[in-house]
Amino acid sequence: MFSYKAIYVITLREFKRFFRQRGRLIVTAARPLIWLFIVGSGFTRLIDTEGEGVRYIQFILPGIVGMTILFSSIFSTISVVWDREFGFLREMLVAPVSRVTIVFGKLLSGTALSVFQGAALLIVAPFLNLHIGLTEFVAMVFLMFLVALAITAMGLFVASFLTSLEGFNVIMNFIVLPMFFLSGALYPVGSLPEYIKVFAYINPLCYGVDAFKHILLPGHGALVAEFPIALDIAFIAAFSALFTFLSALVFERRK
Amino acid sequence: MPIIHVENLIKKYNGTEAVKGVSFEVNEGEVFGFLGPNGAGKTTTINILCTLLGFDSGTATVNGFDCKKDPHRVRQSIGLVFQEMTLDNELTAYENLKFHCYMYNMEKRLSEERIAEILEVVGLTDRKKDIVKKFSGGMKRRLEIARGLLHRPKVLFLDEPTLGLDPQTRSHVWDFIHSLMKREGNTVFMTTHYMDEAEACDRIAIIDRGRIIACDRPDALKKALRGDTIYLKTADNDKAAVEIESKFGLSPKRIEGGLSLLVESGEKFIPRLFEKLETGISSINLKRPSLEDVFINLTGREMRNEGPAPRMRP
Repeated sequence: MFSYKAIYVITLREFKRFFRQRGRLIVTAARPLIWLFIVGSGFTRLIDTEGEGVRYIQFILPGIVGMTILFSSIFSTISVVWDREFGFLREMLVAPVSRVTIVFGKLLSGTALSVFQGAALLIVAPFLNLHIGLTEFVAMVFLMFLVALAITAMGLFVASFLTSLEGFNVIMNFIVLPMFFLSGALYPVGSLPEYIKVFAYINPLCYGVDAFKHILLPGHGALVAEFPIALDIAFIAAFSALFTFLSALVFERRK
Repeated sequence: MPIIHVENLIKKYNGTEAVKGVSFEVNEGEVFGFLGPNGAGKTTTINILCTLLGFDSGTATVNGFDCKKDPHRVRQSIGLVFQEMTLDNELTAYENLKFHCYMYNMEKRLSEERIAEILEVVGLTDRKKDIVKKFSGGMKRRLEIARGLLHRPKVLFLDEPTLGLDPQTRSHVWDFIHSLMKREGNTVFMTTHYMDEAEACDRIAIIDRGRIIACDRPDALKKALRGDTIYLKTADNDKAAVEIESKFGLSPKRIEGGLSLLVESGEKFIPRLFEKLETGISSINLKRPSLEDVFINLTGREMRNEGPAPRMRP
């Protein structure tokens, strides 16, 4: 029933599709660089953060890694809607594999693609005078995997209710933007007003970006990590588990 | 033992019955057709048999496995070609087939063998590395049928496999399916609303409004009509109908723009009709029994609104 071969081939398919869609590839690569070098450089001039021991452009790198994973994970789940609209989902549903297998295939492919993109982005770190050794890189891959899993699982859950590509874009943009702006990517969440802070505290990306800061911006001060890393990992892991369960449930229920 | 067994199958959508107690059996090796107009319940039945849809009551088994209790084993026994395209356009022909092999847990060497073999059969060997997006409609269909056969299913389900194809491609696809069936020897369950496709089946079930109204060999169904059909257009169809009823003791059926009559011998009847009918005849057409007539005779309606079903010649 549960087939590793099927999970493998579903993942392989998503990777092939990803690398074949050149437009998507270019946008994916350009988006974080635009944020980092255009928005980042601009604000670096405007905001003086030298006193904290971190330049602004350095400060936003963990957030931009988070953003890359956010966009990649959420929009990887469009494949569920896409497959339904173009019929391919039926080819999978009628195969002798369980629904859970299909959910895991989609989860793993979305997660792996995100980790791949996040890891590729880390190449720019040395240009920002941030040191990343092997230990840091491995730690980042592990954390990125967790964050990507959490967000892909959430995206998959939402996408399983959506039946059109237009609907997907509307709903997902509505989810993605607040998640990004409430993640601590561009400014510390601690400085937000109390009633907005509540939303940041239930945002998995907020803990994800915080965990990245632990690795990429070690040290103390107002601009570095705000929560203990154990809390970050615990929250993201729990969030992943919850939404993996929920999406499996939804897929199992509907034929 | 029949390979498909369906008894008293009922499926409701929001309270209304789409399939109203359907029963039939399909024997191993048979090409069995479901013939009926759009919305008759064909696709619903096929989806139930393929475990993609639940049902409200009755039983359905495929290859001896219960569609409700044992969907996994049913899925292992069947191959499917859907009405709509279900290929991944971004992948190559080979990759689409390979994906299928993995989903059906086939051995690596076996799947390579089968892919090479089936690509040869469908005549796509030299296109195997091409992205499916570039394929024509007929090529895509051939590839889908090939894919449905890769894992050597006991039963191949074809849901309107030629929908949306031009007539030439349609007949190509059918030639292909029939020659393939001879080779592979599996059971085929297909739905169609084209008469000529139904004629080529071993047995057909005519389904209308969720009910099977006839189920037999095509020639037996036609024989059961016992006679020819005369299609008639007159100056006043209502008046002509009354006249025919009283003068010949026949009960004409009303069809769009005219009347249809079932008579034992058409050649002999037409001269008598011209002689005795006072209402002016504007056109008349004699037809040997076809499945279309079987359908009209059973339901009083034409199967399709589009297309020239009973042709009227001036």
